[in-house]
Amino acid sequence: MNIIVQDAGFTPETWSGAIATLDEVADESATAVDVPGDANPDDLADHLDRLALIRIGFASFADGRGFTLARRLRRMGFTGRLRAAGHVLADQYTMARRSGFDEVEIDADLAARQPEEQWRARADVHAHDYQSRLRA
Amino acid sequence: MYTYTEFDEAFVRNRVAQFRGQVNRRLDGSLTEDEFKPLRLMNGLYLQLHAYMLRVAIPYGTLNSGQMRQLAYLADKWDKGYGHFTTRQNIQYNWPKLGDVPDMLDALADVGMHAIQTSGNTIRNVTADHFAGAAADEIEDPRPVAELLRQWSTDHPEFQFLPRKFKIAVTGSPTDRAVTKAHDIGLRMVRNAAGEPGFEVIVGGGLGRTPMIGKVINEFLPKADLLPYCEAIVATYNLLGRRDNKYKARIKITVHENGLDTFRELVDARFAEIRGEFSGVDQKILAGIEAQFAPPPLRQAETTSFEVRYAADPVFRSWADTNLSAHKSADHAIVTVSIKKQGQTPGDATSDQMRLLADIAATHAYDELRISHEQNVILPHVHKSDLPAIYDALASVELATANVGLVSDIIACPGMDYCALATARSIPVAQTIATRFDELKLEHEIGPLKIKISGCINACGHHHVGHIGILGLDRAGVENYQITLGGDGTETAVIGERTGPGFAYDEIVPAIERLIGAYLNIRQSDDETFIETYRRLGMEPFKDALYGESARSGRAHAA
Ligand code: SF4
Repeated sequence: MNIIVQDAGFTPETWSGAIATLDEVADESATAVDVPGDANPDDLADHLDRLALIRIGFASFADGRGFTLARRLRRMGFTGRLRAAGHVLADQYTMARRSGFDEVEIDADLAARQPEEQWRARADVHAHDYQSRLRA
Repeated sequence: MYTYTEFDEAFVRNRVAQFRGQVNRRLDGSLTEDEFKPLRLMNGLYLQLHAYMLRVAIPYGTLNSGQMRQLAYLADKWDKGYGHFTTRQNIQYNWPKLGDVPDMLDALADVGMHAIQTSGNTIRNVTADHFAGAAADEIEDPRPVAELLRQWSTDHPEFQFLPRKFKIAVTGSPTDRAVTKAHDIGLRMVRNAAGEPGFEVIVGGGLGRTPMIGKVINEFLPKADLLPYCEAIVATYNLLGRRDNKYKARIKITVHENGLDTFRELVDARFAEIRGEFSGVDQKILAGIEAQFAPPPLRQAETTSFEVRYAADPVFRSWADTNLSAHKSADHAIVTVSIKKQGQTPGDATSDQMRLLADIAATHAYDELRISHEQNVILPHVHKSDLPAIYDALASVELATANVGLVSDIIACPGMDYCALATARSIPVAQTIATRFDELKLEHEIGPLKIKISGCINACGHHHVGHIGILGLDRAGVENYQITLGGDGTETAVIGERTGPGFAYDEIVPAIERLIGAYLNIRQSDDETFIETYRRLGMEPFKDALYGESARSGRAHAA
């Protein structure tokens, strides 16, 4: 069972609907979509209003495209739930939140190795943030 | 000079505490070695050939005496009594123990310093003209902008895991002393027709295995657009840059493969989205930073003591002619202290030397020091009447070598002596060349000449932009040194051209001697520098000197 990490800590999955692949996103019934790290965010532009959940995959924690994808989708007006899923480290939780993600989805192995308190230590996303000082 | 705000101070302390935690979590298994690696790199900690290496940022190359003393303290307490200044305005300690590193970082934070983002695939320490704020030819001091970029890039949430490292350099002067055209982003301050300050933005420069001179992506960027524009460039690169091949991952390749025009279109589209997020708060912060960089109140006094010594003492005169540069105030000078006495390791300074430099800065130089990308230490503001006293103090610790800009003022990367990636030695080559021309007493006769040496294709020694570049390679287990000629790292940047086959370790110094001998024979006058002669006559006479005239026809065939 995968674990969802939010600011309050580990929570169980609350999304019960289907999650479409990127190829299926044009389907009018799709309300959630999986987006790989190498996706072109412009492909989602026409569907953002309909989508309630976008899950961006991190194949490796060292591949930082997902952070810029998330920021782009927010700038394009996406207001639904934005989730980072896969190999994301506790040390990256603040970055993920500041890039526009609401939550992170990790597998049980990673959750065992990097337990809840390591994520909660990074949950104060507004502290020590240069970006929010430089923008209004 | 910039002093940390409470925010900066709290940020750096928090970062040290996080790193302390990461070291512990590595030890207890929460983090695998693979996962720990980018986290330690983000905090400046490398694993080298023999031990860890900590790379400390000297933001825009500026230090005060207290900071220099602290660098000496770190060298004594956690290293072997010295530090190594690099070509990117950092200082490296080669022997720290992993468990001690958080304490070293705390000691740095005590004086407003850090090692954040000095390595890893992120935006690195922003470098600037080492004469900033003092040079006679400057439009504006580039350091406030460099500090603004430091704040913006520090812990930027989108840009900690880029395809590859990302380097930014800024110059405020038409004379480019910051090698901006060999950076991922180079910023050159310019004024538009209305006289407003802005930047020429250069993108996609870099040395390494595929050297490229940066291309102008924007001829005039208004100053207030700097952060959103840089953010647009890096965001575009983060999605577009290649992640399948580490050697094609730098932005120079991204720009090259996609074409500058396509890349510019994408950047402009991102910029349009991002611009509105910067409402001007950043410009208020910049104004505050600028106030902190106000030049020191320069003292007025007679300069007679300097002139008297200059006339009477030829050794002092030689040092003054070689190591001083024009200050914007005529009765002041910029002093470049060579930490490259012939035969020493370029860039290495002992803790005693660092403390003496700190004392001199505190007593005679308005408490300011700079580190140049050419691995020397600079006293940017010195009243000329203080020069004799400074010279004598420097001479007492072997820091008065009069070789700045000359044949023995060599840039050399650490090479095989320290670096795990090296394919050849570079430090001993630099030492031997320097000692050889010192013995021949030819250094001043030869005049301005930039020799740069790298110990592998990664080109940390900037050999491509040396007038004479030397690249140490490995040919079937034997060191082999390739020579390039005509490189230039200034506003007229050019990548040097290869002369031909390389030379073995014991042949490389004689080869350099032949090159320079040829130059002395064919120069039009004593005033024509090596690079001018090369530009006038081209490669041929130098090839003859290296390989013999008899090899000419063979060369024609081979070509
Ligand atoms: S050029 Fe190569 S040998 Fe020299 S420091 Fe860089 S990586 Fe190491």
